[in-house]
Amino acid sequence: MSRPSIADLTIGQSVAQRTITVGRADLVRYAGASKDFNPIHWNDRFAREVGLPGVIAHGMFTMGQAVNVVSDWAGDPGAILEYGVRFTRPVPVPDPGHATVEVDAVLAAVDTEAGTARVDLTVAVDGARVLGKAQVLVALG
Amino acid sequence: MGVNLSYAGRAYPPTQPYAVGREHLHDFALAVGAHHPAHHDADAARALGHPDVIASPTFAVVIAQRAEAQLISDPEAGIDFSRVVHAEERFTHHRPIHAGDELVTVLHVDSITERSGLAMVTTRCEITADDGKVATVVSTLAVRGEDA
Repeated sequence: MSRPSIADLTIGQSVAQRTITVGRADLVRYAGASKDFNPIHWNDRFAREVGLPGVIAHGMFTMGQAVNVVSDWAGDPGAILEYGVRFTRPVPVPDPGHATVEVDAVLAAVDTEAGTARVDLTVAVDGARVLGKAQVLVALG
Repeated sequence: MGVNLSYAGRAYPPTQPYAVGREHLHDFALAVGAHHPAHHDADAARALGHPDVIASPTFAVVIAQRAEAQLISDPEAGIDFSRVVHAEERFTHHRPIHAGDELVTVLHVDSITERSGLAMVTTRCEITADDGKVATVVSTLAVRGEDA
């Protein structure tokens, strides 16, 4: 995989777009891999008891999925220096069915001296943002 | 009982070392849909200059949440987990985490603020290895009060 060259970058350019479908099995897999067994991510009864509409995705699941477009663009996931988000809205995951998360990554800033680029992510479900201030700082080759 | 504001500023002793294994990095990366070969194939990771397979960008949350449990599971801290919502998360990678790392974490409670029944708890995990700083993970939890 080739790495983007700083000279070829234009602020505001699209980096990548991706659609992620999320089902209950994906949340169970994430729970196991992350060891985050909070029942709001797999138990509808528990989720409703604490005031949620039903099972919601781990915020960290969505955060982890959303950054893949930047890893692939950078050509090396080890080039990601910083990544931060705010969790602005939960992602309900129905059963049966799935949630559809849209990721749109745009080049927001380039620091030629530091050799870094900032990529901003818009992450939305049904047109409503589920992550806020989702920013990724990437070291460029 | 609300969140114990006096915990702000607290730092915990270093955790026991966390041994990072290839299979766990592979499983975690698959669970977040990270299919880049650097997470799954040691030769591909080495071709990019890494010593072994590397962690996907949010893997450090696994290590951080284990350290944060020192605060969250402490009854005196007053954090009712059924009232907690994850508000913010930020990773700073000083270098990628790779298979074979033995990582030690120091948990800091950077701030606890309370306003109109909502407590915001910000923690910072400083993750280090023998060769120095590896990652900093800052996490903010929002804890609803009992009448909120």
